[in-house]
Amino acid sequence: MDHDTFVAFAKSWGLFYLMAMAIGVLLYVFWPSNRRRFDRAKNSILDGEDRPGSKGNGNREA
Amino acid sequence: MVAALTLVERQFALVILFAITLCGLALVVPSAGTEDPICFHGLLIMAAGIALSFVVINGYFEPEPSPERLTEYFDDPTKIGIILAIAWAVVGMFVGVWVAALLAWPDLTIDAAWASFGRLRPVHTSGVIFGFGGNALIATSFHVLQRTSRARLCDQLSPWFVLLGYNLFCVIAASGYLIGVTQSKEYAEPEWYADIWLVVVWVVYFLIYIRTLQRRQEPHIYVANWYYMAFILVVAVLHIVNNLAVPVSLGSAKSYSLFSGVQDAMTQWWYGHNAVAFFLTSGFLGMMYYYMPKRAGRPIFSYRLSIISFWGITFMYMWAGSHHLHYTALPQWVQTLGMTFSLMLLVPSWASAGNALATLNGAWHKVRDDATLRFMMVAAVFYGLSTFEGSFMAIRAVNSLSHYTDWTIGHVHAGALGWVAMITFGSLYALVPWMWKRDRMYSAAAVEVHFWLALSGTVIYVIAMWNSGIIQGLMWRTYNDSGTLAYSFIDSVVAMHPYYIARAFGGLMFLLGALVCAWNVWMTIRSARAHREVARDTADSPILVPSGATVMAKE
Repeated sequence: MDHDTFVAFAKSWGLFYLMAMAIGVLLYVFWPSNRRRFDRAKNSILDGEDRPGSKGNGNREA
Repeated sequence: MVAALTLVERQFALVILFAITLCGLALVVPSAGTEDPICFHGLLIMAAGIALSFVVINGYFEPEPSPERLTEYFDDPTKIGIILAIAWAVVGMFVGVWVAALLAWPDLTIDAAWASFGRLRPVHTSGVIFGFGGNALIATSFHVLQRTSRARLCDQLSPWFVLLGYNLFCVIAASGYLIGVTQSKEYAEPEWYADIWLVVVWVVYFLIYIRTLQRRQEPHIYVANWYYMAFILVVAVLHIVNNLAVPVSLGSAKSYSLFSGVQDAMTQWWYGHNAVAFFLTSGFLGMMYYYMPKRAGRPIFSYRLSIISFWGITFMYMWAGSHHLHYTALPQWVQTLGMTFSLMLLVPSWASAGNALATLNGAWHKVRDDATLRFMMVAAVFYGLSTFEGSFMAIRAVNSLSHYTDWTIGHVHAGALGWVAMITFGSLYALVPWMWKRDRMYSAAAVEVHFWLALSGTVIYVIAMWNSGIIQGLMWRTYNDSGTLAYSFIDSVVAMHPYYIARAFGGLMFLLGALVCAWNVWMTIRSARAHREVARDTADSPILVPSGATVMAKE
């Protein structure tokens, strides 16, 4: 592979893989069933527990 | 400290320390009798290995820790990490003020090679970035990892290996600069043997993260951990690639890079800019996403936005490094690529800054009353400002004015003082009372004093450098009627003098703030110790009460 071919590949496919990645991230973030797990994650750091595994429902899927 | 290790861990510790001592010897033997500075570093490594072996041997026959410990988090390395971070902050910032004073008053220099500007400056940059920032990142990451996973660290030896091994690297780096060891790469000055050692430490650090996350009791990995893991993983990749080099011999500190010419420059600034991105941004965003909601008592404004900005930052920063090489031999399209990605980076950067400020929306009364939270708020504001400035400066035409001038220094310090140091001090003020089981810092007034010293110091520093940088840039590009430069270089140096004095003064204020912080943390630890002793003297049956019970009772 010479320099020009490599540059052409990087310029075109680099764009597509970034777009694909962006779409993938947005799908993950807005996937409806992920909503509860995100809500739980953002609120669970605020409880006052300070021991490993201390939250009663910690083992369950939220 | 040794008492908290199991017997097997104590044995492993001795084996590791013996191996480290042998590695030190392996550097000394081929260089003994020569003038090569690697000999000194070999002796330093041997001394560290032997001294720590004595510490382990001294505690070797202590009773093993009870299984009770597994019901608590393992915070000893975090505590020591906090102390080391603050010690490095004082050292690194002191050297910063020193070199700033040398620029303002060059006659202050003493006639010694080690005290020259070129050797002192990397002690400042490595001292604050790796010493202060790195230790703060390691200390807080162990704390955040355990709390957000609701799992104790995977074992008790590897966190110590990472923390102490990392500090050995920092000491080798800083002492090496003073005796003339450098591979002349910005933020990657340490030579090959220090680089190899850092790789070992860093791999263990990443394994701690993975092994502890495997034991997590939460279904989802909280976003702060993603930022910390990006920091560890990407810094490993950057460090290994940028430091690919061949030593002159095993008995020589000098090595030569595998890259040459513009490829070397591109590799270096791919590393350099991502060091800013993943050392000085990603990990500190992890800090922000945990300690800010905790301190404000409010969940992050938008958890989804924090994930989107995470992936945006992770994937876009990778391509931005070439903006350091505008108007060089680097192909034009690579420069344009770096510029474009730097501009796009504004989106995830402002998403993070906005997310942080929106989290505080509704808690402004707390920001007003609580200097700790105000540190974090100001950090988010400076993060927004300096990322905007960075994207702006990456535009090729703007860069033609700003590059090689003090504007760059101003930009770096808006980020380093305003964002990195502020979020770190805020997080440490939240974390220290927590770690030493106190309700608050020893002196709230001292936190307030530190806040105003830090903020005024930063503002003075940054504005001085903006002025100086733009004057420099304009003087270097002003032509007279005959088409030659209107000013000589020394004219621009004279014009910068007042701003250099202002910069040294701003830096001094920031250093004074750090000293106030060190005093306050020290007094908090001392009062915790005094409190424990009083409790021990007055309690009826201290032995029957498991140590964790008092914590639970308080809550």
